Amino acid sequence: MTVTQTTTKSDADAPAPVEREHLRRLLATGERPAPPSAFTSARAFAWRSMLKIKHVPEQAFDILLFPIMMLLMFTYLFGGAIAGGTGDYLQFLLPGIMVMSIVMTTMYTGMSVNIDINKGVSDRFRTLPIWRAAPMVGYLLADVFRYAAAGAVMFGTGLVMGYRPEGGAAGVLLGVGLLLVFCFAFSWLWTWLGLITRSEKTVMSISMSIMFPLTFLSNIMVDPSTMPGWLQPVVENTPISQLVDGVRGLFDGNVDSGSVATTLIWSAGFIAVFGFLTIRAYNRK
Amino acid sequence: MSQRELAIRAEGLVKHFKDVKAVDGVDLEVPAGTVYGVLGPNGAGKTTTVRMLATLLRPDAGSATVFGRDLVGDAASVRSQVSLTGQYASLDEDLTGFENLVLLSRLYGYAKPASRDRAGDLLEAFGLSNAGGKQVKAYSGGMRRRLDIAASIIVTPKLLFLDEPTTGLDPRSRNQVWDVVRTIVGEGTTVLLTTQYLEEADQLASRIAVIDTGRVIAEGTPGQLKSSVGAGSIRVRLHHADQRDHARQVLVEALAGEVALDDDPVALTARLAPGQDTAVQGSHALGELARAGVLVDDFSLGQPSLDEVFLALTGRVDA
Repeated sequence: MTVTQTTTKSDADAPAPVEREHLRRLLATGERPAPPSAFTSARAFAWRSMLKIKHVPEQAFDILLFPIMMLLMFTYLFGGAIAGGTGDYLQFLLPGIMVMSIVMTTMYTGMSVNIDINKGVSDRFRTLPIWRAAPMVGYLLADVFRYAAAGAVMFGTGLVMGYRPEGGAAGVLLGVGLLLVFCFAFSWLWTWLGLITRSEKTVMSISMSIMFPLTFLSNIMVDPSTMPGWLQPVVENTPISQLVDGVRGLFDGNVDSGSVATTLIWSAGFIAVFGFLTIRAYNRK
Repeated sequence: MSQRELAIRAEGLVKHFKDVKAVDGVDLEVPAGTVYGVLGPNGAGKTTTVRMLATLLRPDAGSATVFGRDLVGDAASVRSQVSLTGQYASLDEDLTGFENLVLLSRLYGYAKPASRDRAGDLLEAFGLSNAGGKQVKAYSGGMRRRLDIAASIIVTPKLLFLDEPTTGLDPRSRNQVWDVVRTIVGEGTTVLLTTQYLEEADQLASRIAVIDTGRVIAEGTPGQLKSSVGAGSIRVRLHHADQRDHARQVLVEALAGEVALDDDPVALTARLAPGQDTAVQGSHALGELARAGVLVDDFSLGQPSLDEVFLALTGRVDA
C-alpha cells in the first residue's frame, strides 16, 4: 500500500504562531521611557507623512504637477491677452501663481486630517501620552516640505520659460520662506475644518468655496488698478494679496516691508485662532 | 473580604448621542490583575463605555477612576497607564507593520534605534516577522488584530482595553488572540475585554458584566452568570427515527429535565440541570441511551448561548 503524502501549500504570508515566551519577556521588561518632547512627537508624525508619500507617491505627483500646469496655462493662455506678451507677463505672474498653486494645495491637509479622524488610527494616537497638537504639527511639517518641493519645481520651470528674478538667490529664498510660513499658518484653518466636518468630500467642497474667491480676488493674475474703484481696496487687502505683494517684492528686489509685516501678522493670527480651534475640536472628538 | 486594588471604578457613566442613550448609567468595578469581560450584543453600549474609559469620549454624567486617577480631571495620567485595541484596527493602513510599530514606539518615547529594536522584537513575538515589510492594508484580519495588540503593549500598560478582539476572526486566529490575552494578564496587566460571545468571556474572564441598552443588567463570575441563566443542553441525533420516543423517555429519567423534540425527525434536545457539571450530566445521558439500546449518530453538548443569557435576563430574544 502506498502512502500519498499531500503537502499543503503553505501561504508565505501566513503568520507564524505567537511566541508566548518571547512575548512574556517583552512584557516583563517593564521599560517606561519618558514621554517624548513636543518636538520629537511632531517629528515622528512628520516622518509618518513622509512615509505615506513613499508608499502612495501619486499624491506627491498631484502636488507637483498641478503648479506646473497652472504656470504653463496662465502664462501662455492669458499672457498675451492680459499683458500683451508672455515674457513680461511671466515676470509679473510667477511669484503670484506660485503663491496661488501652493496655497491651494494646503487644502489637502484638511482632507488627510479628516480621513485620519474617521479611522481607528486616530483613536490610537489620542490614547498616547503625547503633546495634543503633535499629529497636526507633524502633518504641517511634512506638508511644508512638499510645498518647498513644489516651489522649487515651479521656480525651475519658470527659469526655463525665461523668468529672471531681480532679487537674486537671497530674495527668492526669502520669498519662498515667507510663502511657507504663511502656508503653515493658513493650514490650521484646514485642520480645524477637517476635524469638524463629517466627510472628506465636505472638506473638499468647503475648501474650494473658500479658496477660489480668495485666490482670484487678488493681485495674482491682474493688477488691481484695472478693477472697479470700489473693489480695489478689498482686493488689495486680502491676506493673499498681501502675501503676493510680499513675495513679489522679494523676488523682484524691491522689498515691500509693509506687506511682509502684514503677512506675518496674518500668519500669527491664523495660528492663534485656528490653532486654538483645532486643538479644542481635537480634544472634543 | 480583603479590599483588592481596583483597576477601574466607574459610577453612573452616561453618554448620549443626540437622542440615543448609548450608555445610560454604567457602574463597573474591575479588580486589578484580572481579565474582566463586558458582554453584550451589538449596540448595547460596550464600545462607548470603553471609549469613555480610555479617555476618547467625555462622559455626559457619572465619574470613573482608573487606578485611582480621575478619568476627566486627570486624563493625561490615565493615558499613561492604559492602551486600547479598538474594534477596528487602530493602525495606519498605508504604512508597513514595522513602520507602524516604530512610529508608535517613537511616540511612547523610545529613541530611534531602540524603537526599531522594539518593533522588530514585537513582530517576532507575534509571529509577524515575515509580514513586517508589507503595508497593513495587505494584512488578513487575524494579522491586523495581532499587530494591533502588539502596538498596545509597546510599553506594557497597566490596563489594556480590548474591544471585541476576536469578532470576525477564524477559530485559529481567535485561539491565538486568546493565548496572547492570557499571556498579557499573566504578566500582571489588567485586561478589560468586550465581546459578543459568552464562550469567549467564559474562557478568559474572571468576572463578567452583561450590558444591554446602555446598562449593566448582570454581573458576576462566569459560573454565577451561567447558573443564574440556567444550564446548558445536550442535543442528540439518533440512528433510527423510530427510537425517538424511547430515547426521550430515557433522557427524561436520566436528567430529570425537560426534553424537546426537534424539527429534525431524528433529533431531540434535553436541558441539563442547573448547578451541576455539564460534562458529567452529558456523559451520564449518553451512557443511559447506550444501555437502553438507542443508537446515537451524533451529539453536541452546549453551554447556554448569549441568546439564552439574554432571554433569561431581559425576556427578549433579539440579542
